[in-house]
Amino acid sequence: MLRSEREPKGAWLSGMSLWEYANPRRFLQTSARLLPWLAGLSALCLATGGIWGFFFTPDDFRQGSTVKIIYLHVPAAMMAVNGWIMMLVTSLIWLIRRHHVSALAAKAAGPVGLTMTMIALVTGALWGQPMWGTWWAWDPRLTSFLILTLFYLGYIALWAAVEDPDTAADLTSVLCIVGSVFAVLSRYAVNFWSQGLHQGASLSLDKEKNVADVFYLPLLVCIAGFVLLFVTLVLLRTGTEIRARRLQSLLARERMA
Amino acid sequence: MTALLLRDLRLATRAGGGFGLGLAFFLLVAVLVPLGVGPEPALLARIAPGILWVGALLACLLSLDRIFALDFEDGSMDLLAIAPIPLEGVVAVKALAHWLVTGLPLTLLSPVLGVLLHLPGPGYVWLVLSLALGTPALSMIGAFGAALTVGLKRGGLLLSLLVLPLYVPTLIYGAEAVRRGVDGQGAPTALLLLAGLTAGAAALLPFAAAAAIRVNLR
Repeated sequence: MLRSEREPKGAWLSGMSLWEYANPRRFLQTSARLLPWLAGLSALCLATGGIWGFFFTPDDFRQGSTVKIIYLHVPAAMMAVNGWIMMLVTSLIWLIRRHHVSALAAKAAGPVGLTMTMIALVTGALWGQPMWGTWWAWDPRLTSFLILTLFYLGYIALWAAVEDPDTAADLTSVLCIVGSVFAVLSRYAVNFWSQGLHQGASLSLDKEKNVADVFYLPLLVCIAGFVLLFVTLVLLRTGTEIRARRLQSLLARERMA
Repeated sequence: MTALLLRDLRLATRAGGGFGLGLAFFLLVAVLVPLGVGPEPALLARIAPGILWVGALLACLLSLDRIFALDFEDGSMDLLAIAPIPLEGVVAVKALAHWLVTGLPLTLLSPVLGVLLHLPGPGYVWLVLSLALGTPALSMIGAFGAALTVGLKRGGLLLSLLVLPLYVPTLIYGAEAVRRGVDGQGAPTALLLLAGLTAGAAALLPFAAAAAIRVNLR
């Protein structure tokens, strides 16, 4: 009652607003409070899902125990794609609202997403060798994933090459938007180009037949773990970027004085 | 805009403009591949569509950094940016000029190289058509990449890293059109998709490229 009289209407909402965190200090405060929880939860989920998945699920009827790589492969692949989408959203926010932390979050997400694509590609190759008899096949899914890796590489390289931070943020944002369009185009072009070996989606909300429940539940826990891990790493790296930026401005000020 | 186009064409065709460099490169690729994979006609005939398309793509890539770099260095770009024509138009005209001095000659030369690579008879029409429809997209996408990297001292390598993934759909539809043309089925589908890609790139990418140039001129 008293609170609502003192503060303007909707203040409690704006306290949670995204725009509030354009203030780097505010962002660092909140992320410092959240980080231990996020890190702990992601470790918990990954350990639970991993142990459950690897040791307490039955072997597959035909694939034997190789099927268990699904607990790393699927979540990593999901986060690789979602990471790019997150970069697209944060890039748009930077371009439209000049939200500095948003640009830095996009920068921070790049290498994390690249790592996720590498995990997905490597685990896929390890599984493909015994199951398909080959480490690599020019299958649409695999190929479009490789192309996504190249997009990540280009994005990270452009960030590294441009000296002025705001120019770099602008250029990489434009690249991210154009790259997203072309990544989608490539996805369909690759479908047009070759028939697939990779199985279709085994998880979707609108499908009757998903992967069997014994595998499904630990997989969900693993996915939650990877999502939390991604958020943790991005928050951590964004914080590092902010501190690096501060350090630079301090050094610049010292040189001026 | 016509004046700008003529100026760019003149600069490109004069000595030191790099005209012909792409063509020579294209020729070299077509010569080196048989040296690498062996002279067997059946094998060459099978890979010819892909080789010709990849060769055209790389030849296109070679001259991309020239689209904006020289104008950026001598300050013409600043003048063009404040000129009464929109920067988007400038970008489109420069991409068109690039296509006229690289893509178009490559298209015209390609049947000759097709002979070198034993491209089967029905493939020639599709090869020329697909290159004619697809290389404008290569120039436009390349102009976008060049706009991103124009402010960098040594942007050449980075430019190829940025542009090559963007070339993937064009390459797939282009080479696929020729391959299907050789097999005698389904080539028009690929060709239509390729044309759609070119139209989309020409319509939208000038805005992205102009935005990148404005950032670089800041």
